[in-house]
Amino acid sequence: MSARTHDMGGAPAGPIDRSEPPVTLTEQRVDAMMALLREPPLGLFSTDAMRRAIEDLAPDVYLGSAYYERWCYAMRDLLVETGVLTDAEIADRLAAVQQRFETEGAPP
Amino acid sequence: MTDLFAPGMTVRVKAGETPGHVRTPYYLRGQTGQVQRLLGTFPNPEDCAVHKSGLPAKRLYQVLFPVHAVFPGQAVAAADDTILADIYEHWLEPATVDAGETTAL
Amino acid sequence: MTTAHRHDRTHAHAATADHAPPGHEWEFLEIALRELLIEKRVLTAAAIQARIDAVEGATPIQGSRVVARAWVDPAYKARLLADGNAAVAELGYGFDGPKLVALENTPARHHMVVCTLCSCYPKPLLGLSPAWYKSREYRSRAVSEPRAVLAEFGTVLPEDVELRVVDSTADCRYLIIPLRPVGTEGWTETRLVDLVTRDSMIGVAPARTPQTDHGTDV
Repeated sequence: MSARTHDMGGAPAGPIDRSEPPVTLTEQRVDAMMALLREPPLGLFSTDAMRRAIEDLAPDVYLGSAYYERWCYAMRDLLVETGVLTDAEIADRLAAVQQRFETEGAPP
Repeated sequence: MTDLFAPGMTVRVKAGETPGHVRTPYYLRGQTGQVQRLLGTFPNPEDCAVHKSGLPAKRLYQVLFPVHAVFPGQAVAAADDTILADIYEHWLEPATVDAGETTAL
Repeated sequence: MTTAHRHDRTHAHAATADHAPPGHEWEFLEIALRELLIEKRVLTAAAIQARIDAVEGATPIQGSRVVARAWVDPAYKARLLADGNAAVAELGYGFDGPKLVALENTPARHHMVVCTLCSCYPKPLLGLSPAWYKSREYRSRAVSEPRAVLAEFGTVLPEDVELRVVDSTADCRYLIIPLRPVGTEGWTETRLVDLVTRDSMIGVAPARTPQTDHGTDV
């Protein structure tokens, strides 16, 4: 057995990229929505459930994704798991959003 | 609240594998360390992760490990450098002298 | 409204391993989820923006003020070490949820914080964590190669100083009280605040010394 992907203490890795790109609005929104969904009064899921949803992403998705990208996928999974949204309505809306930007340009 | 592990006690982190969400890092499993202090009790994260209450709450301990013992031959650290980690009570067991460990704590 | 400004920021940064390029697929998912949550009245756009504003309002200056107070007031420092949440509340900083644990650097011991499992960080005091703190490289190597990691931050500790790596694994968040620089005797608390950098409270660097007080170091 070996460590799960997120459990990376002691794993071989290269030099640290110390650059600090500014946080984007998309990232800020994911951060904010996750906090609002998690905290009272909504309290839809716990911090541990959020961590678990991130950890359960496929290893290639976890390692290939940006930090808040992982959060966004975990948020989608948690919203389905808690019955707030369904897979079908997310898929439909995602297609609609993509369609919209194909005709109108880049995301805001 | 009674204290299972007093500061200064030598403890071993359980070496088990569990599916699901766990807050005990893999690199510390099976390692021997020294209890620094009891941090309090917190709902069990392994249960909270699957939307349960996590109650009864579990004791959480600060445990100190020597870097070189945890990462033999790999550590880039001075002789006395350490790792301090927070480990839940159900992941700890008293370390006995005859358990095959020769850690010089 | 700062939409135009924010729009620019969205597209301004370079892509690195832990930062998606702008226009990435997942940004559409964020829009889809947000629209659905607002339509279903789970969230409001105003609440999301208010939360963003609140997060932007939490910056390392809060942590710096806590440390500077601890430097000048031994009784406060004792309270901070005993009960971090209560001590920062004295200065008006809410730290709800996780337990806040302050650890003090000494001439014999230096602390450095990492979260190998995710990205635990004392956000109410330090703001959002820097990208490198959440990177695979920092999370992997901080526990096994702590002196090499510190060296990459330009920090070299004497061999006889114990480097204590704090893996923030569970329900605590850690704030490091760096060593008060020599040559600051008699300084006011306000002046000391400027010496307490974010990195010194994570433990990857010492506090600024008076000589480098006006340097370009972040």
